[in-house]
Amino acid sequence: MLDQTEGYTTADGRKIGGVVMEMKNITLRFGGVEAIKDISFDIREGEIRAIIGPNGAGKSSMLNVISGFYVPQDGEVWYKGSRRPPMKPYEIARQGIARTFQNIALFEGMSVLDNVMTGRLTHMHTGIWRQAIWRGKAEAEETANREVAEKIIDFLEIQAIRKTPVARLPYGLKKRVELARALAAEPSLLLLDEPMAGMNVEEKEDMSRFVLDVNDEFGTTIALIEHDMGVVMDLSDRVVVMDYGKKIGDGTPDEVRNNQDVIDAYLGVAHD
Amino acid sequence: MLYREAGDFSTTYPEDSQTFPIKFDRWRYYAVLFIAIFVIPFVINDYWVNSIFMPFLIYAIAAIGLNILVGYCGQVSLGTGGFMAVGAYACYKLMTAFPDVSMIFHVLLAGLITAGVGVIFGLPSLRIKGFYLAVATLAAQFFLVWLFNRVSWFYNYSASGQINAPEREVLGVLITGPNTEAWATYLFCLFFTIASAIIARNLTRGSIGRQWMAIRDMDIAAEIIGVNPLKAKLTAFAVSSFFVGISGALFFAVYLGAVEVGEVFGITKSFLVLFMIIIGGLGSIFGSFAGAAFLVLLPVLLKVIGVDLFGWPTDIVAHLNLVVVGGLIVIFLIAEPHGLAQLWRVAKEKLRLWPFPH
Repeated sequence: MLDQTEGYTTADGRKIGGVVMEMKNITLRFGGVEAIKDISFDIREGEIRAIIGPNGAGKSSMLNVISGFYVPQDGEVWYKGSRRPPMKPYEIARQGIARTFQNIALFEGMSVLDNVMTGRLTHMHTGIWRQAIWRGKAEAEETANREVAEKIIDFLEIQAIRKTPVARLPYGLKKRVELARALAAEPSLLLLDEPMAGMNVEEKEDMSRFVLDVNDEFGTTIALIEHDMGVVMDLSDRVVVMDYGKKIGDGTPDEVRNNQDVIDAYLGVAHD
Repeated sequence: MLYREAGDFSTTYPEDSQTFPIKFDRWRYYAVLFIAIFVIPFVINDYWVNSIFMPFLIYAIAAIGLNILVGYCGQVSLGTGGFMAVGAYACYKLMTAFPDVSMIFHVLLAGLITAGVGVIFGLPSLRIKGFYLAVATLAAQFFLVWLFNRVSWFYNYSASGQINAPEREVLGVLITGPNTEAWATYLFCLFFTIASAIIARNLTRGSIGRQWMAIRDMDIAAEIIGVNPLKAKLTAFAVSSFFVGISGALFFAVYLGAVEVGEVFGITKSFLVLFMIIIGGLGSIFGSFAGAAFLVLLPVLLKVIGVDLFGWPTDIVAHLNLVVVGGLIVIFLIAEPHGLAQLWRVAKEKLRLWPFPH
């Protein structure tokens, strides 16, 4: 088993640090439905952590618990060494957790640049009076944040469309812009909800490259949900497998692949 | 040919994010400002000020205010008339209570008071949206008009129930009352219009504006990104009401001089300003000006054509005005939901290549 405080070294030689986020015995109910049943796992600094499972397994609910959109009935969420009390989603964003959505949730009326700059909101604190005057502090802050945003735009290779309204973009680019918006917050934990859903092979390859690069360049800890098993097995360092709200597997891709419960959940069991 | 951006390079981020990044645009803006400040005051008379310039400038402020709320933050409001009434009555109470203070402070304070009232009536927006919020603001409209009609403290217990603007000065020049000069009232309103437009532009291009637009486009995603919806919506209501309050104060004190609240600041006023931003363009400062200009000029134009040229009866022309406005609203909603501002943008796109498209 893994050490609780020390990290580990991945197969490709990256050093993974201590625990950033730990879910302890999380249970989430919607009325009589138990979407998540008593699940515990951790996410370590610098790793790519995948959550997989068949449809309706509770993966997205889990991500929503992490990003604070749902408050679990039981269990504790530990973030950066302290227990996180229930708080509003925007407060959690300010603690350095950013996410993308399964069905794109960009601000359609705004340009790509404005969308990415919106991701910087947690770093912008000029008051309304200063902004009304604009010259001085507000403009300086805008410029400083624009520089960070442009770095992300360069990184994700969307310079050419920075002034295009998002509504005009094709699906694959929208997904990339959404990643840019999440990255602009410079999060310490990035949650990706099916970043490759609905993409063709080429777009998936691009996106996988970006996910790996983000992890590599910025050292961002990433937790992602994905259905494409090839992508998940290639990208992630450790995988949590869920089925019907329960955790049925947790470990490296190889361990998970050979886990009998996981094989049963995905391929079905013969009933004799 | 006339309108091109070739050779116009921005080398810094502030240059790139300025209001008019294209040189031609910038010079046209300076030219308009120059004419508005240094030429028009010397050539106008009472007719031009009272029938065109003053209503245009004052409605433009109201339209900017409502556009911030509806166009930028996506919170539909039908209470504009009521909030203008708050500005007017606040200004009236201040004018009569502190006769020696400059009108500039009275108008600004009236705006701030309206901002406070706007925040109170904006509270329901935290729970309800769309049609339901529109109805809640409609309640504000009727409640405020009722309040100013019934509570005689607001109109200083005058027998008629009206409020009348006493004579007040700015820097020794008479601004309100019956004996004002055309250029003085014009410049006074122009000052507030330009200041409002610049402030609105600064707010909408910065982080507060992005918070508003994020709430408008997708409130759940906005919250997860770190926008505090309570703060974003209430600042939108406050800023919006501030401008609407200023326009109400000017409308009463400088333009009309005497106001009966139900007539002047009724529900029709709310709709008029809403029509301005729909026709002009939601989510655009320029659109607020375009819409205000359009709806102020249309009746004047129809009157010139109908009454003066064809000799039709005045009431027919007045009704024709309503028909034309109604028809235009429908046409704009279907054909160009982003209004005149979008038509202007498209025209500029075309002009960039004209007359040699290849």
